Amino acid sequence: MKRIWLWAPLGLFVALFAVMAANLSGKGPSRHQSGLVGKPLPQFSLAAISPDPRQPGLGSASFRQGKPRLLNIFASWCIPCIAEAPQLMQLARAGVQIDAIALRDRPQDVARFLAQHGNPFRRIGSDPAGQVQLALGSSGVPESFVIDGRGVIRAHHLGDIREEDVPELINEIRKAAR
Amino acid sequence: MIAEAGLGLLWLAAALSLLQLTLGVIGLRHARDDFVRAMPTVAVLQALLVGLAFLCLIAVFMLSDMSVKLVASHSHSDKPWLYKLAGSWGNHEGSMLLWVTILAAAGAAVALFEDKVSAPTKAATLAAQAAIGAGFYAFLLFASSPFERLNPAAAEGQGLNPVLQDPGLAFHPPTLYIGYVGLSVAFSFAVGALITREVNASFARAMRPWVLGAWVFLTLGITAGSYWAYYELGWGGWWFWDPVENASLMPWLAATALLHSVTVLATRDALRAWTVMLGVVAFSMSMVGTFLVRSGVLTSVHSFAVDPTRGAFILALLALYIGGALTLFALRVGAVREGAQFEPVSRETALVINNLLLSMILALVLFGTLYPLIMAGFGKQVSVGAPYFDKVVGPVALVLAAFMAAGPLVRWRRDAAKAVVRRVAIPLAVAALVLGGFALSGIGVLPLFGLALAGGLAAASIAPLWNRNLRRTPLFTWGMVVAHLGAAVSLAGMAADSAFMKERLIALPVGGVTSVGPFAVTLTGIAPTVGQNWSALEASLSARRGAAETRMTPQARVYPAPYTETSEAALATQWDGQLYAALGKQNPDGRWQIRLWWKPLVTLIWIGGIMIALGGALALIGRVRRARA
Repeated sequence: MKRIWLWAPLGLFVALFAVMAANLSGKGPSRHQSGLVGKPLPQFSLAAISPDPRQPGLGSASFRQGKPRLLNIFASWCIPCIAEAPQLMQLARAGVQIDAIALRDRPQDVARFLAQHGNPFRRIGSDPAGQVQLALGSSGVPESFVIDGRGVIRAHHLGDIREEDVPELINEIRKAAR
Repeated sequence: MIAEAGLGLLWLAAALSLLQLTLGVIGLRHARDDFVRAMPTVAVLQALLVGLAFLCLIAVFMLSDMSVKLVASHSHSDKPWLYKLAGSWGNHEGSMLLWVTILAAAGAAVALFEDKVSAPTKAATLAAQAAIGAGFYAFLLFASSPFERLNPAAAEGQGLNPVLQDPGLAFHPPTLYIGYVGLSVAFSFAVGALITREVNASFARAMRPWVLGAWVFLTLGITAGSYWAYYELGWGGWWFWDPVENASLMPWLAATALLHSVTVLATRDALRAWTVMLGVVAFSMSMVGTFLVRSGVLTSVHSFAVDPTRGAFILALLALYIGGALTLFALRVGAVREGAQFEPVSRETALVINNLLLSMILALVLFGTLYPLIMAGFGKQVSVGAPYFDKVVGPVALVLAAFMAAGPLVRWRRDAAKAVVRRVAIPLAVAALVLGGFALSGIGVLPLFGLALAGGLAAASIAPLWNRNLRRTPLFTWGMVVAHLGAAVSLAGMAADSAFMKERLIALPVGGVTSVGPFAVTLTGIAPTVGQNWSALEASLSARRGAAETRMTPQARVYPAPYTETSEAALATQWDGQLYAALGKQNPDGRWQIRLWWKPLVTLIWIGGIMIALGGALALIGRVRRARA
């Protein structure tokens, strides 16, 4: 009888382990949602940073033109942004309209980054002090938001967009179009 | 080149940890003394190699080598040198390298200085330490290499976040790590003693300084973390029951229990199985805390850089080490002879109750921290906030304080109940006096008992010094007195803060006067001011207390693009508390909203924390000195 109790600590640990393992394999932190999902985009107006005249700056008004758009926050100095660049190109080729906010960046660096890793963006606004980023409830780069045609944030993706995230993002864009 | 050298050194150190483990296993199985004798050398060499690898990491950070991925993503060439240095451990990979470096250094110290336990137990302990090391080397090399290159090199690093440049944040992590990892030695001793079945007083005496040392660092780390949250988050709270805070509190609770039970084992050769168990649990709590923080399972907002494979890796290590140690415990501890017996009225009994109460708090905190995860299994999103923890932990902590007061006044082995009552009479009277004094002041039950117990505990803490020649009182007794008194001081601060905190929200015209606590506060002016990327309205407050005047300048900041408003509070520290001021909006009638808090004795919370750590340090020095004498 007494011997059995010696196994109790191991039993408790197995239960603890099960709880932790279940949460590890379940929904990862990439599903984390900003508190702003379902709310309108905050007001902002950012100057252009791309030397390309076809890429103007970015204001919140441009998101209320009837079509859903993807808003990507990136920076030329951000390494995961390089990793997600091919996926953004893939989304752009699939017809997704993508705008960007360049965080704490310089025009010549942005130009070099886009030349090297592809340029999927319609508009790029410069956020030199990260204030729009904060207003969006974003805490790092890269992050992406799906915004519907009325300027309401519909989804929030934390971290780089990986290969396996692309179908889900396209799905979110479709849902936002309805 | 430096990065490659570091990686090479790390591989060599990992190989040596495997060699150390193999030497231990073969040496103990086949009674090969030559194998066992080689182990300390291997342990020291392993520590040197990983130490050099860590120096390599510091070097690439100091030289801002942007071709190293870790440097490019966490540092910047314009950073002051202190933050380049701190940057080397201020990230996941670097902190894990620091973790194994401390682990190996602790192993080397055991190898060099440990002479209280038998040679087989020491060999088994070193083998266990090497086994832990091997797992974490594998984690570093396969899942979190700090020396990974970036091709092409980054032009500049991305880590120039001014918010994180705080000297407190630079040294807070290493302090906690020394505490966490120091407990690994207690774990290895427990495993070693289970393997050789030598759980006895000399084993406890060997383990005790390690537990004390780790506990001192944990106490300091937690105290510093609490103060940082208090002044930085600015909401007046000093503990938020955040998972990250709980991750540091749980090993501390287990280590506190272990510290006391190891004393029983060392002094009276009792509580053998329980002490071994706690030795395993304390470091297990460190590892569980690391897992919860690193895997992103609980702190989803701050952890999107976390790779799920890393979480799985740490989880596998947890299963291996904790599961392995607990299995060994279940199989072996039955064979450990029962220790010495003791009477119901004795110091031992008091310490057993202390241990049970600490374990209960530990279980409550662990359950509260994991509750959201458990509920997630049922598809529900819940969070357990401060109300749960305050309600369930508070009362148990108060009962613990009562036993903490009585414990040192009870004799070892057997005592007369009447004599104990006589000895606790004065502390009891102090507690009753405080209770009576504040009973009708209308403060809450928990703060009321908190104050009473703090008074009683303070009196009881210094009681062991009564009728004693203070010069001949051993240093470790002083350590206990200072630490227990520190707990009373800290408890008094917590209770006073929640009992007597005064808050005032008022609209004042310029020139208007209000009062909060003992202060008469005048709004002398409102003036605009500007910073790098903000403008602000700054209130000039004059806080008068008798003849003394303190100026405070809280700000209401405005960031223009996008329009964001923040409040920068002002703190004035007095000898008996802190005055906290925040500036709000302007009313239509032209008056300004001012929020004031008078927090009496709040600083005692952290002063007490420092005293507790100091007490631990005194006890450690006292024990080591006596052992060397």
